[in-house]
Amino acid sequence: MTTTRQAPSRSAASGWDLARIRADFPILATTVRGKPLVYLDNGATSQKPRAVIDAVSRFYETGNANVHRGVYALSESATAAYEGARSKLRRFLNAREDREIIYVRGTTEAVNLVASSFGRLRIKAGDEILLSAMEHHSNIVPWQIQAEQTGATIKVIPMNRAGELELDQYERLLTPRTRIVAVAHISNSLGTINPIKQMAALAHSRGVPILVDGAQGAPHLVLDVQDLGCDFYTVSGHKMFGPTGIGVLYGRAEHLEAMPPYQGGGDMIRSVTFEKTTYAPLPAKFEAGTPDIAGVVGLGAAVDYLVGLDRAAALHHEHDLLAYATTRLATVPGLTIVGTARDKASVVSFVLNGVHAHDVGTIVDQSGVAIRTGHHCTQPVMEFFGVPATARASFAFYNTRDEVDVLVEALQGVRKVFG
Amino acid sequence: MADLAELYQQTIVEHNRSPRNFKTLGHPTNHAQGDNPLCGDRIDLQIEVDGGVIKDIGFQGSGCAISQASASLMTSAVLGKSPAEAERLFRTFHDMVTGGADAPADPKTLGKLAAFAGVRQFPARVKCANLAWHTLHAALAADPAPISTE
Repeated sequence: MTTTRQAPSRSAASGWDLARIRADFPILATTVRGKPLVYLDNGATSQKPRAVIDAVSRFYETGNANVHRGVYALSESATAAYEGARSKLRRFLNAREDREIIYVRGTTEAVNLVASSFGRLRIKAGDEILLSAMEHHSNIVPWQIQAEQTGATIKVIPMNRAGELELDQYERLLTPRTRIVAVAHISNSLGTINPIKQMAALAHSRGVPILVDGAQGAPHLVLDVQDLGCDFYTVSGHKMFGPTGIGVLYGRAEHLEAMPPYQGGGDMIRSVTFEKTTYAPLPAKFEAGTPDIAGVVGLGAAVDYLVGLDRAAALHHEHDLLAYATTRLATVPGLTIVGTARDKASVVSFVLNGVHAHDVGTIVDQSGVAIRTGHHCTQPVMEFFGVPATARASFAFYNTRDEVDVLVEALQGVRKVFG
Repeated sequence: MADLAELYQQTIVEHNRSPRNFKTLGHPTNHAQGDNPLCGDRIDLQIEVDGGVIKDIGFQGSGCAISQASASLMTSAVLGKSPAEAERLFRTFHDMVTGGADAPADPKTLGKLAAFAGVRQFPARVKCANLAWHTLHAALAADPAPISTE
Protein backbone atom coordinates (compact mmCIF):
# COMPACT_ATOMS: atom_id res chain seq x y z
CA MET A 1 0.00 0.00 0.00
CA THR A 2 1.32 3.40 -0.96
CA THR A 3 0.15 6.94 -0.80
CA THR A 4 0.17 9.59 -3.45
CA ARG A 5 -0.35 12.43 -1.01
CA GLN A 6 2.77 14.13 0.24
CA ALA A 7 2.49 15.38 3.78
CA PRO A 8 3.56 18.97 4.13
CA SER A 9 6.99 19.13 5.65
CA ARG A 10 6.14 21.92 8.07
CA SER A 11 3.11 22.80 10.08
CA ALA A 12 1.88 26.30 10.75
CA ALA A 13 3.38 25.77 14.18
CA SER A 14 7.04 26.57 13.90
CA GLY A 15 9.48 23.89 14.91
CA TRP A 16 7.08 21.03 14.27
CA ASP A 17 8.44 18.79 11.52
CA LEU A 18 5.23 17.13 10.35
CA ALA A 19 6.80 15.03 7.60
CA ARG A 20 9.28 13.54 10.04
CA ILE A 21 6.58 12.89 12.65
CA ARG A 22 4.25 11.27 10.12
CA ALA A 23 7.05 9.01 8.93
CA ASP A 24 7.17 7.57 12.47
CA PHE A 25 3.63 6.15 12.01
CA PRO A 26 3.58 3.43 9.30
CA ILE A 27 -0.24 3.33 9.01
CA LEU A 28 -0.40 6.99 7.95
CA ALA A 29 1.16 6.02 4.60
CA THR A 30 -1.57 3.49 3.77
CA THR A 31 -4.67 3.88 1.61
CA VAL A 32 -8.35 3.16 2.23
CA ARG A 33 -10.73 2.57 -0.69
CA GLY A 34 -7.92 3.72 -2.96
CA LYS A 35 -7.53 7.04 -1.10
CA PRO A 36 -4.83 8.05 1.39
CA LEU A 37 -6.01 7.30 4.91
CA VAL A 38 -7.17 10.44 6.70
CA TYR A 39 -7.30 9.26 10.27
CA LEU A 40 -9.34 11.65 12.41
CA ASP A 41 -10.56 9.24 15.08
CA ASN A 42 -7.73 9.68 17.56
CA GLY A 43 -10.19 10.14 20.40
CA ALA A 44 -11.23 6.50 19.92
CA THR A 45 -7.69 5.20 19.57
CA SER A 46 -4.43 6.68 18.37
CA GLN A 47 -2.10 5.20 15.78
CA LYS A 48 1.21 3.64 16.87
CA PRO A 49 4.70 4.84 16.05
CA ARG A 50 7.23 2.37 14.68
CA ALA A 51 9.08 2.52 18.02
CA VAL A 52 6.08 1.04 19.87
CA ILE A 53 5.39 -1.63 17.24
CA ASP A 54 9.05 -2.64 17.26
CA ALA A 55 9.28 -2.70 21.06
CA VAL A 56 6.36 -5.15 21.28
CA SER A 57 7.76 -7.35 18.48
CA ARG A 58 11.25 -7.25 19.95
CA PHE A 59 9.95 -8.27 23.35
CA TYR A 60 8.23 -11.35 21.92
CA GLU A 61 11.20 -12.17 19.68
CA THR A 62 13.98 -11.85 22.22
CA GLY A 63 12.67 -10.87 25.66
CA ASN A 64 9.58 -12.93 26.48
CA ALA A 65 9.31 -14.56 29.91
CA ASN A 66 6.93 -14.20 32.82
CA VAL A 67 7.73 -11.54 35.39
CA HIS A 68 8.45 -11.73 39.13
CA ARG A 69 8.85 -15.52 38.95
CA GLY A 70 11.87 -17.12 37.35
CA VAL A 71 15.37 -16.99 38.72
CA TYR A 72 16.74 -17.29 35.19
CA ALA A 73 18.19 -14.46 33.13
CA LEU A 74 15.30 -14.08 30.67
CA SER A 75 12.72 -13.69 33.45
CA GLU A 76 14.96 -11.20 35.21
CA SER A 77 15.27 -9.07 32.07
CA ALA A 78 11.49 -9.27 31.43
CA THR A 79 10.90 -8.14 35.03
CA ALA A 80 13.39 -5.31 34.59
CA ALA A 81 11.60 -4.16 31.42
CA TYR A 82 8.22 -4.38 33.15
CA GLU A 83 9.35 -2.45 36.23
CA GLY A 84 11.45 -0.07 34.14
CA ALA A 85 8.32 0.97 32.27
CA ARG A 86 6.66 1.68 35.63
CA SER A 87 9.41 4.18 36.43
CA LYS A 88 8.94 5.80 33.02
CA LEU A 89 5.21 6.15 33.67
CA ARG A 90 5.87 7.54 37.14
CA ARG A 91 8.06 10.25 35.60
CA PHE A 92 5.55 10.80 32.76
CA LEU A 93 2.80 11.49 35.30
CA ASN A 94 5.17 12.99 37.87
CA ALA A 95 3.93 10.67 40.60
CA ARG A 96 6.01 10.53 43.78
CA GLU A 97 6.71 6.82 43.80
CA ASP A 98 6.74 3.89 41.37
CA ARG A 99 4.33 1.96 43.61
CA GLU A 100 1.65 4.56 42.89
CA ILE A 101 1.56 3.30 39.28
CA ILE A 102 -0.81 0.32 38.89
CA TYR A 103 -1.01 -1.48 35.55
CA VAL A 104 -4.57 -2.06 34.37
CA ARG A 105 -6.22 -2.76 31.01
CA GLY A 106 -7.16 0.87 30.53
CA THR A 107 -9.23 3.67 31.96
CA THR A 108 -12.36 1.52 32.16
CA GLU A 109 -10.64 -1.00 34.40
CA ALA A 110 -8.96 1.77 36.40
CA VAL A 111 -12.31 3.41 37.23
CA ASN A 112 -13.86 0.04 38.03
CA LEU A 113 -10.96 -0.70 40.36
CA VAL A 114 -11.38 2.53 42.29
CA ALA A 115 -15.19 2.41 42.32
CA SER A 116 -15.13 -1.14 43.64
CA SER A 117 -12.19 -0.99 46.04
CA PHE A 118 -12.35 2.60 47.29
CA GLY A 119 -16.13 2.16 47.28
CA ARG A 120 -15.97 -0.83 49.61
CA LEU A 121 -13.64 1.11 51.90
CA ARG A 122 -15.39 4.47 52.05
CA ILE A 123 -18.84 4.56 50.43
CA LYS A 124 -21.89 3.75 52.54
CA ALA A 125 -25.66 4.12 52.23
CA GLY A 126 -26.67 7.77 51.99
CA ASP A 127 -23.24 8.89 50.78
CA GLU A 128 -22.82 10.85 47.55
CA ILE A 129 -20.64 10.26 44.50
CA LEU A 130 -20.14 13.43 42.47
CA LEU A 131 -19.73 13.04 38.68
CA SER A 132 -19.99 15.56 35.86
CA ALA A 133 -22.55 15.90 33.07
CA MET A 134 -19.92 15.23 30.39
CA GLU A 135 -18.59 11.90 31.67
CA HIS A 136 -17.92 8.92 29.41
CA HIS A 137 -20.06 5.90 30.30
CA SER A 138 -16.93 4.29 31.77
CA ASN A 139 -16.86 7.02 34.43
CA ILE A 140 -20.60 6.68 35.14
CA VAL A 141 -21.55 3.01 35.12
CA PRO A 142 -18.91 1.69 37.59
CA TRP A 143 -20.12 4.31 40.09
CA GLN A 144 -23.76 3.41 39.49
CA ILE A 145 -22.94 -0.24 40.18
CA GLN A 146 -21.24 0.83 43.40
CA ALA A 147 -24.15 3.11 44.33
CA GLU A 148 -26.65 0.29 43.79
CA GLN A 149 -24.67 -2.01 46.04
CA THR A 150 -24.16 0.48 48.85
CA GLY A 151 -27.26 2.66 48.66
CA ALA A 152 -25.19 5.73 47.80
CA THR A 153 -26.48 8.47 45.47
CA ILE A 154 -24.99 9.80 42.23
CA LYS A 155 -24.89 13.60 41.92
CA VAL A 156 -24.04 15.39 38.68
CA ILE A 157 -22.15 18.66 38.12
CA PRO A 158 -24.11 20.47 35.37
CA MET A 159 -22.60 22.17 32.32
CA ASN A 160 -23.55 25.17 30.22
CA ARG A 161 -24.45 25.21 26.51
CA ALA A 162 -20.81 25.65 25.55
CA GLY A 163 -19.97 22.40 27.31
CA GLU A 164 -18.21 23.91 30.33
CA LEU A 165 -18.83 22.68 33.88
CA GLU A 166 -20.65 25.11 36.15
CA LEU A 167 -18.17 25.51 38.97
CA ASP A 168 -20.48 27.43 41.30
CA GLN A 169 -22.87 24.47 41.09
CA TYR A 170 -19.94 22.14 41.66
CA GLU A 171 -19.10 23.95 44.86
CA ARG A 172 -22.69 23.63 46.07
CA LEU A 173 -22.79 19.94 45.21
CA LEU A 174 -19.77 19.20 47.42
CA THR A 175 -21.56 18.28 50.64
CA PRO A 176 -20.52 16.59 53.89
CA ARG A 177 -21.87 13.36 52.33
CA THR A 178 -19.67 13.55 49.21
CA ARG A 179 -17.18 10.67 49.30
CA ILE A 180 -15.47 11.13 45.93
CA VAL A 181 -15.48 13.37 42.86
CA ALA A 182 -14.90 11.66 39.48
CA VAL A 183 -14.45 13.88 36.44
CA ALA A 184 -12.89 13.77 32.97
CA HIS A 185 -9.73 15.76 32.32
CA ILE A 186 -10.85 16.27 28.71
CA SER A 187 -14.34 15.44 27.43
CA ASN A 188 -14.11 12.84 24.66
CA SER A 189 -17.23 14.07 22.90
CA LEU A 190 -16.93 17.85 23.42
CA GLY A 191 -13.20 18.44 23.73
CA THR A 192 -13.64 20.55 26.87
CA ILE A 193 -10.54 20.72 29.09
CA ASN A 194 -11.82 20.84 32.65
CA PRO A 195 -10.09 23.02 35.28
CA ILE A 196 -8.88 20.03 37.26
CA LYS A 197 -6.42 21.89 39.47
CA GLN A 198 -9.14 24.24 40.68
CA MET A 199 -11.65 21.40 41.06
CA ALA A 200 -9.18 19.27 43.01
CA ALA A 201 -8.37 22.14 45.36
CA LEU A 202 -12.05 22.73 45.99
CA ALA A 203 -12.69 19.02 46.65
CA HIS A 204 -9.71 18.84 49.02
CA SER A 205 -10.87 21.91 50.91
CA ARG A 206 -13.89 19.75 51.85
CA GLY A 207 -11.77 16.67 52.49
CA VAL A 208 -13.04 14.88 49.37
CA PRO A 209 -10.68 12.94 47.07
CA ILE A 210 -10.92 13.34 43.29
CA LEU A 211 -10.48 10.82 40.47
CA VAL A 212 -9.57 12.23 37.06
CA ASP A 213 -10.41 10.24 33.93
CA GLY A 214 -7.30 10.98 31.90
CA ALA A 215 -8.11 8.84 28.85
CA GLN A 216 -8.20 11.96 26.66
CA GLY A 217 -5.82 13.99 28.81
CA ALA A 218 -2.70 11.86 28.46
CA PRO A 219 -2.46 12.04 24.63
CA HIS A 220 -2.67 15.85 24.55
CA LEU A 221 -1.37 17.40 27.77
CA VAL A 222 1.88 17.38 29.69
CA LEU A 223 0.83 15.78 32.96
CA ASP A 224 1.78 16.39 36.55
CA VAL A 225 -0.52 14.60 38.98
CA GLN A 226 1.05 16.37 41.95
CA ASP A 227 0.51 19.79 40.45
CA LEU A 228 -3.06 18.85 39.42
CA GLY A 229 -3.60 17.65 42.96
CA CYS A 230 -5.65 14.62 41.94
CA ASP A 231 -5.92 11.52 44.10
CA PHE A 232 -6.40 9.13 41.16
CA TYR A 233 -5.57 9.57 37.48
CA THR A 234 -6.45 7.01 34.82
CA VAL A 235 -4.66 6.39 31.53
CA SER A 236 -5.46 4.25 28.47
CA GLY A 237 -2.26 3.28 26.67
CA HIS A 238 -3.88 2.88 23.27
CA LYS A 239 -5.08 6.50 23.23
CA MET A 240 -1.55 7.76 23.88
CA PHE A 241 0.17 5.94 20.99
CA GLY A 242 0.73 2.72 22.95
CA PRO A 243 -0.78 -0.76 22.55
CA THR A 244 -4.40 -1.69 23.27
CA GLY A 245 -5.21 -3.57 26.45
CA ILE A 246 -2.81 -1.75 28.76
CA GLY A 247 -3.22 1.35 30.87
CA VAL A 248 -2.39 2.85 34.21
CA LEU A 249 -4.13 3.79 37.39
CA TYR A 250 -2.19 6.40 39.33
CA GLY A 251 -3.29 6.57 42.94
CA ARG A 252 -1.84 8.36 45.93
CA ALA A 253 -0.07 5.72 48.01
CA GLU A 254 -2.07 6.53 51.16
CA HIS A 255 -5.32 5.67 49.33
CA LEU A 256 -3.99 2.59 47.55
CA GLU A 257 -2.54 1.23 50.79
CA ALA A 258 -5.85 1.55 52.61
CA MET A 259 -7.91 0.09 49.76
CA PRO A 260 -8.73 -3.65 49.64
CA PRO A 261 -7.62 -5.73 46.63
CA TYR A 262 -9.77 -5.54 43.49
CA GLN A 263 -8.99 -8.98 42.08
CA GLY A 264 -7.43 -11.98 43.80
CA GLY A 265 -4.90 -14.32 42.28
CA GLY A 266 -1.24 -14.97 41.78
CA ASP A 267 1.33 -12.19 42.14
CA MET A 268 -0.84 -10.12 44.52
CA ILE A 269 -0.24 -12.19 47.64
CA ARG A 270 2.40 -12.45 50.31
CA SER A 271 1.31 -15.84 51.62
CA VAL A 272 -1.71 -18.06 51.11
CA THR A 273 -3.25 -20.74 53.31
CA PHE A 274 -6.85 -21.91 53.15
CA GLU A 275 -7.46 -20.06 56.39
CA LYS A 276 -5.81 -16.73 55.66
CA THR A 277 -4.11 -14.85 52.86
CA THR A 278 -1.93 -11.81 53.34
CA TYR A 279 -1.53 -9.46 50.45
CA ALA A 280 1.55 -8.18 48.70
CA PRO A 281 2.52 -4.53 49.13
CA LEU A 282 1.88 -1.96 46.38
CA PRO A 283 1.77 -2.11 43.44
CA ALA A 284 1.52 -5.93 43.31
CA LYS A 285 -1.58 -5.92 45.53
CA PHE A 286 -3.57 -4.60 42.57
CA GLU A 287 -1.89 -6.67 39.84
CA ALA A 288 -3.30 -10.17 40.19
CA GLY A 289 -2.32 -12.72 37.55
CA THR A 290 0.16 -12.58 34.71
CA PRO A 291 -0.08 -9.03 33.36
CA ASP A 292 0.09 -7.80 29.76
CA ILE A 293 3.89 -7.69 29.84
CA ALA A 294 4.38 -6.96 26.15
CA GLY A 295 1.73 -4.24 26.44
CA VAL A 296 3.65 -2.66 29.32
CA VAL A 297 6.84 -2.75 27.26
CA GLY A 298 4.97 -1.11 24.36
CA LEU A 299 3.49 1.51 26.67
CA GLY A 300 6.97 2.26 28.00
CA ALA A 301 8.11 2.78 24.40
CA ALA A 302 5.14 5.12 23.81
CA VAL A 303 6.20 7.17 26.84
CA ASP A 304 9.77 7.31 25.51
CA TYR A 305 8.42 8.46 22.16
CA LEU A 306 6.25 11.19 23.69
CA VAL A 307 8.97 12.40 26.03
CA GLY A 308 11.31 12.61 23.03
CA LEU A 309 8.95 15.02 21.25
CA ASP A 310 8.77 18.76 21.67
CA ARG A 311 5.46 18.53 23.53
CA ALA A 312 4.89 22.29 23.50
CA ALA A 313 5.26 22.34 19.70
CA ALA A 314 2.98 19.28 19.40
CA LEU A 315 0.29 21.00 21.45
CA HIS A 316 0.72 24.21 19.47
CA HIS A 317 0.23 22.24 16.25
CA GLU A 318 -2.91 20.57 17.67
CA HIS A 319 -4.31 23.96 18.62
CA ASP A 320 -3.62 25.19 15.11
CA LEU A 321 -5.51 22.19 13.70
CA LEU A 322 -8.40 22.84 16.08
CA ALA A 323 -8.65 26.50 15.07
CA TYR A 324 -8.31 25.67 11.36
CA ALA A 325 -10.90 22.85 11.52
CA THR A 326 -13.32 25.02 13.50
CA THR A 327 -13.08 27.79 10.88
CA ARG A 328 -13.25 25.47 7.86
CA LEU A 329 -16.13 23.36 9.19
CA ALA A 330 -18.14 26.53 9.82
CA THR A 331 -18.18 27.03 6.02
CA VAL A 332 -20.14 23.79 5.49
CA PRO A 333 -23.83 24.69 5.05
CA GLY A 334 -26.04 23.45 7.88
CA LEU A 335 -23.15 22.39 10.11
CA THR A 336 -23.23 23.12 13.84
CA ILE A 337 -20.32 22.45 16.18
CA VAL A 338 -21.31 20.83 19.49
CA GLY A 339 -18.91 21.79 22.28
CA THR A 340 -17.55 25.31 22.16
CA ALA A 341 -15.72 25.61 25.46
CA ARG A 342 -13.05 28.31 25.74
CA ASP A 343 -10.47 25.74 26.82
CA LYS A 344 -10.61 22.90 24.31
CA ALA A 345 -8.45 20.04 23.08
CA SER A 346 -8.28 19.18 19.36
CA VAL A 347 -11.70 17.52 19.21
CA VAL A 348 -14.54 18.83 17.03
CA SER A 349 -18.01 17.28 17.36
CA PHE A 350 -20.61 18.44 14.88
CA VAL A 351 -24.05 17.79 13.47
CA LEU A 352 -25.30 18.42 9.94
CA ASN A 353 -28.81 19.74 9.68
CA GLY A 354 -31.19 16.97 8.56
CA VAL A 355 -28.51 14.29 8.19
CA HIS A 356 -27.79 11.64 10.80
CA ALA A 357 -24.17 11.29 11.90
CA HIS A 358 -23.97 7.68 10.67
CA ASP A 359 -24.83 8.71 7.15
CA VAL A 360 -22.14 11.40 7.41
CA GLY A 361 -19.62 8.78 8.59
CA THR A 362 -20.40 6.38 5.76
CA ILE A 363 -20.17 9.11 3.13
CA VAL A 364 -16.84 10.62 4.26
CA ASP A 365 -15.40 7.10 4.57
CA GLN A 366 -15.66 6.91 0.78
CA SER A 367 -12.99 9.64 0.72
CA GLY A 368 -10.74 7.68 3.08
CA VAL A 369 -11.72 9.82 6.08
CA ALA A 370 -12.12 8.00 9.41
CA ILE A 371 -14.26 9.90 11.91
CA ARG A 372 -16.32 8.68 14.84
CA THR A 373 -20.09 8.90 14.60
CA GLY A 374 -22.61 8.13 17.31
CA HIS A 375 -23.03 9.04 20.94
CA HIS A 376 -19.34 8.49 21.81
CA CYS A 377 -20.35 6.58 24.96
CA THR A 378 -21.70 9.86 26.33
CA GLN A 379 -25.46 9.48 25.97
CA PRO A 380 -26.19 12.07 28.70
CA VAL A 381 -24.17 14.63 26.69
CA MET A 382 -26.17 13.87 23.54
CA GLU A 383 -29.40 14.22 25.51
CA PHE A 384 -28.26 17.55 26.96
CA PHE A 385 -27.61 18.98 23.51
CA GLY A 386 -30.78 17.39 22.10
CA VAL A 387 -29.03 15.41 19.38
CA PRO A 388 -29.18 11.62 18.85
CA ALA A 389 -25.56 11.49 17.74
CA THR A 390 -22.72 13.64 16.47
CA ALA A 391 -19.86 13.21 14.03
CA ARG A 392 -16.49 13.80 15.68
CA ALA A 393 -13.12 14.62 14.19
CA SER A 394 -10.39 14.24 16.81
CA PHE A 395 -6.88 15.28 15.86
CA ALA A 396 -3.45 14.09 16.94
CA PHE A 397 -0.16 15.90 16.47
CA TYR A 398 0.44 13.97 13.23
CA ASN A 399 -2.66 15.28 11.46
CA THR A 400 -2.42 18.04 8.87
CA ARG A 401 -4.38 21.02 7.61
CA ASP A 402 -4.64 19.15 4.29
CA GLU A 403 -6.53 16.40 6.07
CA VAL A 404 -8.98 18.95 7.46
CA ASP A 405 -9.51 20.08 3.86
CA VAL A 406 -10.20 16.49 2.74
CA LEU A 407 -12.82 16.17 5.51
CA VAL A 408 -14.49 19.45 4.55
CA GLU A 409 -14.54 18.45 0.88
CA ALA A 410 -15.99 15.04 1.77
CA LEU A 411 -18.74 16.76 3.77
CA GLN A 412 -19.79 18.60 0.61
CA GLY A 413 -20.51 15.10 -0.75
CA VAL A 414 -23.10 14.63 2.00
CA ARG A 415 -25.12 17.47 0.49
CA LYS A 416 -24.83 15.82 -2.93
CA VAL A 417 -26.52 12.69 -1.53
CA PHE A 418 -29.12 14.35 0.66
CA GLY A 419 -29.66 17.55 -1.33
CA MET B 1 -19.10 7.65 -5.39
CA ALA B 2 -20.73 4.76 -7.33
CA ASP B 3 -21.07 2.70 -4.16
CA LEU B 4 -22.69 5.58 -2.32
CA ALA B 5 -25.31 5.96 -5.02
CA GLU B 6 -26.05 2.25 -4.56
CA LEU B 7 -26.56 2.75 -0.82
CA TYR B 8 -28.44 6.02 -0.89
CA GLN B 9 -30.91 5.21 -3.67
CA GLN B 10 -33.36 7.97 -4.48
CA THR B 11 -36.19 5.93 -2.93
CA ILE B 12 -34.29 5.73 0.37
CA VAL B 13 -33.39 9.42 0.45
CA GLU B 14 -36.99 10.32 -0.36
CA HIS B 15 -38.54 8.04 2.26
CA ASN B 16 -36.08 9.36 4.85
CA ARG B 17 -37.17 12.90 4.05
CA SER B 18 -40.90 12.10 4.01
CA PRO B 19 -41.48 8.88 5.93
CA ARG B 20 -44.80 7.08 5.31
CA ASN B 21 -46.91 5.84 8.23
CA PHE B 22 -45.00 8.06 10.65
CA LYS B 23 -47.82 8.13 13.21
CA THR B 24 -49.26 6.56 16.34
CA LEU B 25 -52.34 4.33 16.16
CA GLY B 26 -55.58 4.74 18.09
CA HIS B 27 -56.08 1.04 18.76
CA PRO B 28 -52.85 -0.91 18.32
CA THR B 29 -53.02 -4.65 18.99
CA ASN B 30 -49.26 -5.16 18.84
CA HIS B 31 -46.29 -2.94 19.49
CA ALA B 32 -42.54 -3.16 19.98
CA GLN B 33 -39.58 -0.89 20.43
CA GLY B 34 -36.29 -1.43 18.60
CA ASP B 35 -32.92 0.12 19.39
CA ASN B 36 -29.47 0.05 17.90
CA PRO B 37 -27.69 1.08 21.11
CA LEU B 38 -24.36 1.72 19.38
CA CYS B 39 -25.92 4.00 16.74
CA GLY B 40 -28.80 5.53 18.63
CA ASP B 41 -31.29 4.40 15.95
CA ARG B 42 -34.72 3.92 17.47
CA ILE B 43 -38.05 2.65 16.15
CA ASP B 44 -41.36 2.51 18.03
CA LEU B 45 -43.72 0.37 16.01
CA GLN B 46 -47.49 -0.05 16.46
CA ILE B 47 -49.66 -2.50 14.54
CA GLU B 48 -53.36 -3.14 14.38
CA VAL B 49 -54.04 -6.74 13.34
CA ASP B 50 -57.67 -7.31 12.46
CA GLY B 51 -59.26 -10.25 10.66
CA GLY B 52 -55.89 -11.92 10.15
CA VAL B 53 -54.30 -8.98 8.34
CA ILE B 54 -52.23 -5.93 9.26
CA LYS B 55 -55.00 -3.37 9.03
CA ASP B 56 -52.91 -0.42 10.15
CA ILE B 57 -49.30 0.20 11.06
CA GLY B 58 -47.38 3.23 12.26
CA PHE B 59 -43.92 4.05 13.53
CA GLN B 60 -42.10 6.80 15.35
CA GLY B 61 -38.38 7.00 15.61
CA SER B 62 -35.12 8.70 14.95
CA GLY B 63 -31.88 7.60 13.42
CA CYS B 64 -29.92 7.39 10.21
CA ALA B 65 -31.47 7.63 6.76
CA ILE B 66 -31.20 3.88 6.22
CA SER B 67 -33.04 2.99 9.44
CA GLN B 68 -35.83 5.52 8.97
CA ALA B 69 -36.35 4.84 5.25
CA SER B 70 -36.40 1.13 5.99
CA ALA B 71 -39.16 1.63 8.58
CA SER B 72 -41.12 3.77 6.14
CA LEU B 73 -40.83 1.30 3.25
CA MET B 74 -41.46 -1.69 5.51
CA THR B 75 -44.68 -0.28 6.93
CA SER B 76 -45.88 0.43 3.38
CA ALA B 77 -44.93 -3.08 2.25
CA VAL B 78 -46.64 -5.05 5.01
CA LEU B 79 -49.85 -3.02 5.22
CA GLY B 80 -52.76 -5.31 4.27
CA LYS B 81 -50.66 -8.49 4.51
CA SER B 82 -51.13 -11.29 7.00
CA PRO B 83 -48.54 -11.59 9.78
CA ALA B 84 -47.26 -14.79 8.13
CA GLU B 85 -46.77 -12.99 4.81
CA ALA B 86 -44.99 -10.15 6.60
CA GLU B 87 -42.65 -12.66 8.27
CA ARG B 88 -41.86 -14.24 4.89
CA LEU B 89 -41.07 -10.80 3.47
CA PHE B 90 -38.76 -10.18 6.47
CA ARG B 91 -36.85 -13.38 5.59
CA THR B 92 -36.50 -12.36 1.94
CA PHE B 93 -35.38 -8.85 2.89
CA HIS B 94 -32.98 -10.16 5.50
CA ASP B 95 -31.43 -12.56 2.99
CA MET B 96 -30.97 -9.72 0.50
CA VAL B 97 -29.17 -7.33 2.85
CA THR B 98 -27.01 -9.97 4.56
CA GLY B 99 -26.36 -12.19 1.56
CA GLY B 100 -23.08 -10.69 0.38
CA ALA B 101 -22.46 -8.72 -2.77
CA ASP B 102 -24.02 -11.21 -5.23
CA ALA B 103 -27.13 -12.21 -3.26
CA PRO B 104 -30.21 -12.04 -5.48
CA ALA B 105 -32.60 -9.14 -4.94
CA ASP B 106 -35.86 -10.43 -6.36
CA PRO B 107 -37.71 -7.26 -7.43
CA LYS B 108 -40.95 -9.20 -7.92
CA THR B 109 -41.19 -10.22 -4.26
CA LEU B 110 -39.49 -7.17 -2.79
CA GLY B 111 -40.86 -4.33 -4.89
CA LYS B 112 -39.54 -1.01 -3.61
CA LEU B 113 -37.70 -2.83 -0.83
CA ALA B 114 -35.14 -3.84 -3.47
CA ALA B 115 -33.78 -0.30 -3.03
CA PHE B 116 -31.91 -1.68 -0.01
CA ALA B 117 -29.84 -4.11 -2.09
CA GLY B 118 -26.89 -1.67 -1.92
CA VAL B 119 -26.73 -2.05 1.87
CA ARG B 120 -24.98 -5.43 1.54
CA GLN B 121 -21.85 -3.60 0.34
CA PHE B 122 -21.79 -1.75 3.69
CA PRO B 123 -21.66 -4.41 6.43
CA ALA B 124 -21.66 -1.74 9.17
CA ARG B 125 -25.04 -0.49 7.94
CA VAL B 126 -26.91 -3.80 7.62
CA LYS B 127 -28.27 -3.50 11.14
CA CYS B 128 -29.69 -0.06 10.29
CA ALA B 129 -31.73 -1.58 7.45
CA ASN B 130 -32.82 -4.55 9.55
CA LEU B 131 -33.88 -2.69 12.70
CA ALA B 132 -37.45 -1.99 11.58
CA TRP B 133 -37.91 -5.60 10.48
CA HIS B 134 -36.62 -7.06 13.74
CA THR B 135 -38.97 -4.71 15.55
CA LEU B 136 -41.87 -5.89 13.37
CA HIS B 137 -40.94 -9.49 14.12
CA ALA B 138 -40.93 -8.75 17.86
CA ALA B 139 -44.25 -6.90 17.67
CA LEU B 140 -45.94 -9.76 15.82
CA ALA B 141 -44.49 -12.26 18.29
CA ALA B 142 -46.01 -10.05 21.02
CA ASP B 143 -42.67 -10.02 22.82
CA PRO B 144 -42.80 -7.01 25.12
CA ALA B 145 -39.02 -6.84 25.73
CA PRO B 146 -37.26 -4.08 23.74
CA ILE B 147 -35.25 -5.62 20.95
CA SER B 148 -31.80 -4.75 19.73
CA THR B 149 -29.91 -5.73 16.62
CA GLU B 150 -26.50 -5.43 18.29
